[in-house]
Amino acid sequence: MSTEAHAAEGATGYIIHHLTPLHFGEGFWTLHLDTLFFSAVLGGLFVWFFKTAADKATAGVPGLVQNFAEMLIEFVDTQVKDSFHGHNKLIAPLALTIFCWVFLWNFMDLFPVDIFPLIGSLMGLEYLRVVPSTDLNATFAMSISVFFLIIFYSIKIKGAWGFAKELMFQPFGPWLLPFNLLLKLVEEIAKPISLALRLFGNLYAGELIFILIALLPWYLQPVLSFPWAIFHILIITLQAFIFMVLTIVYLSMAHEDH
Amino acid sequence: MSINATLIGQMITFALLVWFTMEYIWPPLFDSLEERKKKIADGLAAAEKGQEQIILAEKKAIGVIKDAKVQSSEIVTLAQKRANEIVEESKDTAKKEGERLLLAAKAQIEQEMQQAKEGLRQQVADLALTAAEQILNAEIDKTKHQDIITKVSNQLS
Repeated sequence: MSTEAHAAEGATGYIIHHLTPLHFGEGFWTLHLDTLFFSAVLGGLFVWFFKTAADKATAGVPGLVQNFAEMLIEFVDTQVKDSFHGHNKLIAPLALTIFCWVFLWNFMDLFPVDIFPLIGSLMGLEYLRVVPSTDLNATFAMSISVFFLIIFYSIKIKGAWGFAKELMFQPFGPWLLPFNLLLKLVEEIAKPISLALRLFGNLYAGELIFILIALLPWYLQPVLSFPWAIFHILIITLQAFIFMVLTIVYLSMAHEDH
Repeated sequence: MSINATLIGQMITFALLVWFTMEYIWPPLFDSLEERKKKIADGLAAAEKGQEQIILAEKKAIGVIKDAKVQSSEIVTLAQKRANEIVEESKDTAKKEGERLLLAAKAQIEQEMQQAKEGLRQQVADLALTAAEQILNAEIDKTKHQDIITKVSNQLS
């Protein structure tokens, strides 16, 4: 976002203001403080909730917290067992973290668009963008981490040479080596990019529509934002689910030795 | 829309969260789930076993009841038989006793009759003797019986 943007008045100014993160620093070393803060708080919330459940975990009759945590654990475990056939104790916790964290990120989208910026402005913050998944840095951080894991496990399971062979000789055999390599590289790099952009695009667009609705006269807002919010309950869960399932699938592919 | 150092911060947070989840959250919750699964399976198996045992016990109980019924009916039959026997026996005994008593009574009656007869005979004889004596006393008359006395005297001589 350009710095002169907030000077713009009217609807455009309002929209741009809402989509500008609270930033600090210059150039590459800019930090989006709101993204870092809210994702850390939400991550803390996730960890705190599950830690509470884990501390009280018994094989007996579960309490309310444990019940809910176990429901999610079962759900994630089912997904992992369906798609992933190797043995890796990282995959399921990774999937759980991704699902819950992304869901919490996205959930911030359901708060009225002006609440947090208003609170922020009272505290002297010029900009505040509370939905971390509308920040490419957040979504790419996650997808690039997953990408690193894909590369790591590909090499660990297949060996460096095995992984290189797969890149060079598939899918069309050794005679089309350059073409294979190109195809495979695109395929691999497309994974993190598609993961990050899918999540970002959905949530950014969703947030944008909430902001646009907020620009309408007050009597029209509920009529539009209510169905959109309900629709968004589906979207945010679905996006979290897709991110998780694709991570499992990609890592499962990394574990398959041809 | 710029990519910047936020990316690195987010990756660090993500790594920490995943590590924490893997280390402290997933294992205890998953273990408790597995343990409960096992518990439930055990419980179900135990319940099934218990049910089987109940069926077995019921069968056994039915057998025992049947045996008991047979035995009790046998006992009743035996008791009835025995009671009949006792009744028969007592009837016999009573009959014999009665007969014996009858015989004894008859013998006594006979004896008493004999005694009475004896007494009567004695009395009749005494009476006859007395009567005869009185007759003799009244009838004896020397004049009247002179002939007889004379004849006897004659013969003696």
